[in-house]
Amino acid sequence: MVPAIPETPVRKFNINFGPQHPAAHGVLRLVLELDGEIVERVDPHIGLLHRGTEKLMEARTYLQNIPYFDRLDYVAPMNQEHAFCLAIEKLLGVEVPIRGQIIRVLYSEIGRILNHLLNVTTQAMDVGALTPPLWGFEEREKLMVFYERACGARLHSNYFRPGGVHQDLPPELVEDIDTWAKAFPKICDDIEGLITDNRIFKQRNVDIGVVSKEEAISWGFSGVMVRGSGIAWDLRRSQPYENYNDFEFDIPLGKNGDCYDRYLCRMQEMRESTKIIRQACEMLRKTHGPVLSEDNKVAPPRRAEMKRSMEALIHHFKLYTEGFKTPAGEVYACVEAPKGEFGVFVVSDGTNKPYRCKIRAPGFPHLAAMDWMNRGHQLADVSAILGSLDIVFGEIDR
Amino acid sequence: MQAFFANPAVSWTLLTTGGILLVVIWVLLSLAFLLLADRKIWAGVQMRKGPNVVGPFGLLQSFADFFKFVLKEIVIPAGADKVVFILAPLISLILAFVGWAVVPFAPGWVVSNLNVGILYLLAMSSLGVYGIIMGGWASNSKYPFLGALRSAAQMVSYEVSIGLIIITVILLAGSMNLSTIVEKQSGWIWNWNVFGGGLNNLVLLPVMVVAMGMFYISALAETNRPPFDLPEAESELVAGYQVEYSSTPYLLFMVAEYSNIVLMCAMISVLFFGGWNPGFPTDFLSSWHPFAANLFLALVFYAKICFWFFMFAMAKAIVPRYRYDQLMRLGWKVFLPTSLVLVAAVAAWRVFGPAA
Repeated sequence: MVPAIPETPVRKFNINFGPQHPAAHGVLRLVLELDGEIVERVDPHIGLLHRGTEKLMEARTYLQNIPYFDRLDYVAPMNQEHAFCLAIEKLLGVEVPIRGQIIRVLYSEIGRILNHLLNVTTQAMDVGALTPPLWGFEEREKLMVFYERACGARLHSNYFRPGGVHQDLPPELVEDIDTWAKAFPKICDDIEGLITDNRIFKQRNVDIGVVSKEEAISWGFSGVMVRGSGIAWDLRRSQPYENYNDFEFDIPLGKNGDCYDRYLCRMQEMRESTKIIRQACEMLRKTHGPVLSEDNKVAPPRRAEMKRSMEALIHHFKLYTEGFKTPAGEVYACVEAPKGEFGVFVVSDGTNKPYRCKIRAPGFPHLAAMDWMNRGHQLADVSAILGSLDIVFGEIDR
Repeated sequence: MQAFFANPAVSWTLLTTGGILLVVIWVLLSLAFLLLADRKIWAGVQMRKGPNVVGPFGLLQSFADFFKFVLKEIVIPAGADKVVFILAPLISLILAFVGWAVVPFAPGWVVSNLNVGILYLLAMSSLGVYGIIMGGWASNSKYPFLGALRSAAQMVSYEVSIGLIIITVILLAGSMNLSTIVEKQSGWIWNWNVFGGGLNNLVLLPVMVVAMGMFYISALAETNRPPFDLPEAESELVAGYQVEYSSTPYLLFMVAEYSNIVLMCAMISVLFFGGWNPGFPTDFLSSWHPFAANLFLALVFYAKICFWFFMFAMAKAIVPRYRYDQLMRLGWKVFLPTSLVLVAAVAAWRVFGPAA
C-alpha cells in the first residue's frame, strides 16, 4: 500500500505593505494576508511616527502647546489649532471677537480645501492616475501662500490663539483670497473632468470599501466617512462653533458609502468651502474690529500699547513666560476637521499647563476599520480604500 | 581583397551586420529622445516643465540618466538566483530589439525581409514575457513575484486579441510580409488599412477603425503601459518585477520596455497607417535620387511612429489604472469576442464581397 502523502500545510502569502510603500500615505505598515490577489486579512501597524505629543504637552504652557497641533494633521494645520483653542476658550470662558471668528472660519475652510485637494488627488494617484496630484498641488501651493501671508509660515502656522487669531489680515490678502476662490471652481471642474466620469476611475472606486450607516456609527467614524454613507452629520451644522450659523452652505451626502461616494463628497465639500470662503471675505470687508480678545490676562496686548502702558508690558511678560492659568476642570472641544471630528479633551488642574490632554484624531478609528473594509477585496483595492480613508500619520501616531 | 568582398557570403554578412547596427543605433538614439519626449509630454499635461537642465531644453537628459545608471553599483539581493537575475534583463533587451529586424523603414530598407514577418514579430513579443517572469522570480522577493505573475497573465491575454486583430490586416493584405503589407497601402490615404485598404473596401472602415483602436489598447497592455501597468503598479506593487533591480540591469529593462513601445508604435503605423506611405501617390519620388526618396519615406514612417508614441505618452498621463480582474475581464470578455467578430467580418468581406 502506498503511504498517504502528508498534506502540506497551506501557507498564506503575507506581504508587508509599507512603511516604505509609495501608497502607504506616510509611514503606515499593513501586514496583508493574501490568497492570490484577494486580501484575507489586514493588520495595520502604527506608531512609526509617534512623537509623544500628548505627554510633551503636559510639560508646556497652553500657548507653547499650540504648535504641536500644527504637526498633527500637517495637511490642514489650522483646523487642529482651532480645536485646542476652542477647548482653552471653553475653560477660560473667553469670547472671540466677531472678526476673529470670521478669520478662523475662513482659514478653517482653506484648511479643508488644502486637505481635500491632497486627498482627492492622491486617491486618484492610488488608483493609477498620475496627473491630478500635480494639478491639485498647484492650488495647494497658492493656499499655502495665503497661510504664509497671514502668519508667516506655510505649514506650521501657529496662527489661532486662545481668544482669536494672532494678527489681523491685511485687506489685500482678503481680496486675493476672494479672487482665488472665484477661480477655484474652474480648477475643480478640471480635476473632475479628468477623473469623475472616467470609466476606469469609476470601476476602481464604485462599490469598493462600502461602509453601511450602522458600521459607520459603530466604528466611530466621522467626517466624510459618515457623510459618504448618507448620515447627515457635520459639526459645523449639528453643533455650530464660531459663527458658522451665519454662513450659507450645504453638507454633501453620499448614498452608497463606497470610495466613489466619498470622493464625490470631498469634491463637493471643496465647492461648498469655496462658497464659505467667499462669504467670509465679504464679511471681512464689512466687519472691522479686534481679531483677538481684549482680555489681556489671556491674549497679549497690542505691541503699540506695550510702548505706552506699564501694565500692558507686564501682561505681555507674564503671558510669554508663565502663561495664563486655567481654572481646574475638564473640557472637551471639537471641530469638524477636514478628516472628521477632531477633538481635544483637556484636564486642567488649575496651573498654567494642561494636566492631561487627549487628542481625538479622526483618522484613528478610520484606520482601525482597514481590516474589515478590505476583506475579500483585491490587492489593488487596498490602496484605493486607504486613499479614501484620508489617513495622515501625523495625527494617528501623534 | 576585391575577391574577399565579392564573395557573396562575406558581402551578405557585412551588409546585414551593417544594417543591424544601423537599426540598433537608430533605435537607441531615438529612444534617448523619445524617452525625454515621454517625460516632457507627461510634464506638459501636469503643468510642469519636465527635465530642462541637462543640455538645451534638457535634450541630453537621457544620456545623463544613462551614465547615472551605468555608473551605479549593481545590487543583487542575497536570496536571488544570480544567473537568472542577470539573464532576465538581457533577455528582455535582446527580444525587444530582435523584433526590429523585420520592420520595413522604406522600400528595401529592412534588415530581414521575412515573408512571415508578422508571425516573427508576434513570436518575439510573446517571448518578451520571459524576461519579466524570470526577473520577478529570480529576485526571490514578494512584490516582484506578484508583479511577474500578473504580467505573465496579462501579456498572454492581450496577445490573443492582438493576434486576431493582426489576422484582419493579413486578410486585407493577403500577405504576412510586412513590406508587402505596406506596399499594398500605397497611393492615396484611403488605401491605408485603417480605412479598409482601398476605396472598394470602404465598407470595412468601421471594422478597421475598431480594430485599430483595439490594437492600440492591446499594445498598451502588451507593453505594460498605463492603464495596464499592473506588473509595475506603483501604488500596489511598488515597482513590480523591477523592485530589486538597480543600475545597469534596471536600465536594460527600461530600454527594453521603451524599445517595445516604439516597436508597437511602428507596428500600428505599418499595419494600419500605411507604414512609409505618406497618404498620397509618391510618383514624384521617381525623379529623386533613390536614397533621398527612401530617406523621405523613412522620415514619413518615423513621423507616424512619433505620433503614436505621443498617443502612448498621453495615455500614461491621463488614465487611472485597471485592477487585475478588470484587466482580465476586458481582455477575455470584451477584446477577444470583439476581435473574433472583426476577423469574421473581414473574412466574410474578402470571400463574399465584390473584391473577392
